[in-house]
Amino acid sequence: MIEFITSPFTYSFMQRGFLAALLVGVLCSVVGVYIVLRGMAFLGDALAHAILPGVAIAYLLGGNLILGAFVASIVVAIGIGFFSSEGTIKEDTAIGILFSAAFALGVALISSIRTYAVDLTHILFGNVLGVSEKDLIFTAVLTVIILLIVAVNYKQFMVISFDPILASMMRLPVQFLRYLMLVMLGLTVVVSIQTVGVGLAAAMLVTPAASAYLLTRRMPSMMIVSAIIGAISSLVGLYISYYINIASGSAIVLTATLIFLFAFAFSPRRSKISIS
Amino acid sequence: MNTITELAHLEVKNIEAGYNGESVLKKISFSVPAGQSLAVVGPNGAGKSTLFKVLVGLLPLRSGSIQIHDKPLGYHMDCVAYVPQREAIDWRFPVTVLDVVVMGRFGKLKWLQRPGKADLDIALHSLDQMGIADLAKNSIADLSGGQQQRVFLARALAQKPHILLLDEPFTGVDAGTQETTMKLLEELQNIGVTSMVSTHDLNMAATRFSQVLLINRKLIAHGKPDQVFTPENLQIGFGGQVLSMQGVMVVDECCPPDDLH
Repeated sequence: MIEFITSPFTYSFMQRGFLAALLVGVLCSVVGVYIVLRGMAFLGDALAHAILPGVAIAYLLGGNLILGAFVASIVVAIGIGFFSSEGTIKEDTAIGILFSAAFALGVALISSIRTYAVDLTHILFGNVLGVSEKDLIFTAVLTVIILLIVAVNYKQFMVISFDPILASMMRLPVQFLRYLMLVMLGLTVVVSIQTVGVGLAAAMLVTPAASAYLLTRRMPSMMIVSAIIGAISSLVGLYISYYINIASGSAIVLTATLIFLFAFAFSPRRSKISIS
Repeated sequence: MNTITELAHLEVKNIEAGYNGESVLKKISFSVPAGQSLAVVGPNGAGKSTLFKVLVGLLPLRSGSIQIHDKPLGYHMDCVAYVPQREAIDWRFPVTVLDVVVMGRFGKLKWLQRPGKADLDIALHSLDQMGIADLAKNSIADLSGGQQQRVFLARALAQKPHILLLDEPFTGVDAGTQETTMKLLEELQNIGVTSMVSTHDLNMAATRFSQVLLINRKLIAHGKPDQVFTPENLQIGFGGQVLSMQGVMVVDECCPPDDLH
């Protein structure tokens, strides 16, 4: 039994993979609380897809793929904020246009690379076992930065999410906070492509937080429960992936989904949820 | 409760405001002395909510000016409390009643400062004043319409405002909550808080407020209730929609004019 648990750790790439998955699981789940409460699930999915051209350009230039994704996510996050804050088109329309355009550009760029097949799969579905030491440090630093942003702006984020009218009456810099949230979301998505990939990043953002929403009644407890569910999903998912040899991202997301189904079945607020 | 030292006097000069295209509010001027209670009345689409949005700075002015304590709008934002219509709130948000009321204290705290014991005490006291202290730990999802209203009134109280703005507080709440709201307004008036309340209930406006403002996109009348509620003013403001029957005014709300939104 003990060997069952420890055996993956005999490989250093597995150790790094587990650490990366754990960090990403916790980070996505905490940021996901805002995604769920503010109804931004679509935006999360969009950002994940939109970073593809950044990754492709970085690859073509021989640069750091994560850095490329990072730049792309910020450009798209700010672009969405810009188009929708002008009020000329609705936010979800802006998201729809920008994310498919970016994704199309990314696929176009990647298809011009001759040996793209392996890398594209890794970007789309994650490659947690290919996490280098440098990637791991980058992930850890970003996780700390984003969790700090949440801690520093906790009160302000809560007000702009719950009652934007009160926020503007308190003369909070609502626009700045909105952008900050978008950037935070972009960074989170970048980190998450290592473990679950572009295709499944949205699930890690939404599923643990939605489960926590069903089980708790206050924001602090929702964040903690969400982080725990994210961590458990990542760890259990990786074990499953190791032992039955399936893609790690899928295993993590399916574990999180299973937890969500249990939360849904036993939720005290279930009668109050409208499924939409 | 202590009497507040600075009495807030509100001065609105020649304002125009609207959303797209034509202005909803045109050339409106009035001033409210400190400690008055003002009922804002007018037919559907008269611009009552628009006026409130302008007063709290949610909608920019196209022209004119608003001054509080003789300072321009924005200078004194933290002394204005606003209770929005209840539909504007996501009632499934994971916060308790106490959490919401404590938010009323955030405006007085520094960026990183967490609410302290003093803030909590003020919040609990405000809940007590609204008669819902026993609901403090409840989820806001579990509240009835009247209770929801009381929570937001308690939050407005916790803000220790000099000017209190209530948008349609009597719509869709029980009689008990209406009475609690009115009592609260009267208590606040006693300590010098200025309140402004939009309502469809003309009888309440006539009997329980010190001043009435009748608007229909422009100012029709402003003054003591008996000066405002004259047959001529009602005819100009409401057209055929209002009936005065033996001293009781009834607004016919079934058919708002087509050109309004």
